[in-house]
Amino acid sequence: MHWNSFDDFIAMGGYGFYVWMSFGLTLLCVVLEVWLLRRRANGGEEQA
Amino acid sequence: MSFLNINWYQYSSPQTFYPLAGRMIPWFAAVAAVLAAIGLYISFFVAPTDFQQGEAYRIIFVHVPAAWMSMIIYLVMAGWAGLGLAFNTRLSFMMAQALAPTGAMFTFLALATGSLWGKPMWGAWWVWDARLTSELILLFLYIGYMALQSAIEDTRRADRAGAVFALVGVVNIPIIYFSVKWWNTLHQGASVSLTKAPAMAATMLWGMLIMALAFWAYSIAVALMRVRCVIAEREREANWMNELRETE
Repeated sequence: MHWNSFDDFIAMGGYGFYVWMSFGLTLLCVVLEVWLLRRRANGGEEQA
Repeated sequence: MSFLNINWYQYSSPQTFYPLAGRMIPWFAAVAAVLAAIGLYISFFVAPTDFQQGEAYRIIFVHVPAAWMSMIIYLVMAGWAGLGLAFNTRLSFMMAQALAPTGAMFTFLALATGSLWGKPMWGAWWVWDARLTSELILLFLYIGYMALQSAIEDTRRADRAGAVFALVGVVNIPIIYFSVKWWNTLHQGASVSLTKAPAMAATMLWGMLIMALAFWAYSIAVALMRVRCVIAEREREANWMNELRETE
């Protein structure tokens, strides 16, 4: 384990913004794509 | 019934593939979720800190698999397009159409996460380097394919035009892959290749490979979800679709 505390984990050695933006953006895209597809499957339009 | 006795051709009909795809989706989704959980655990808790890049290097655990998927999905999409042109199977064109938005999404993610890594490491969000530029062209190819496909009213003509476009665009894939060798790029060369031992710690490599497999399973699951939508929309008027709607 490299992290001494939760704050330490969030800080990512000073690169927190870049690291969490990268993983957050990926998660957002995945959630959005699945949500749009579910809507399209139920007869709506997929706008992506 | 042995493997050889299965009539594989029957699966090339949208009518038989539609329920089969529906049954496969939960399995691929479950595999994707489990692998992503393991991959993320390795990314943040097992893989060591990089001695040069500190913690910022952890971005590679999404960046590299996303970049791989952006190229692989394009190759698979072009493969379906080629099959469609060669055998005139409607389902092949539908598969190509179903893959494009997911491929575009991974291309966007590869560019965006690369940019988020580039800012702290290179000091720039973007440089016009051969690797970055050819990946940007890949995004335009996906968008161009989708735009062309949706611009043509007649489905059969749209399929064929899109397929030709996708096949011509394949030339960009080796350019992306070899760009770091052919040109003197700011983007680093491959740390993982088929011909030599990977130039990174084993846990980092495992994290990347498991995340890549998670993205694979995810891509298959969403492509199957989308191909079902495409089939349902195109076969709206077909008798079998109406019967299916009544029984569901």
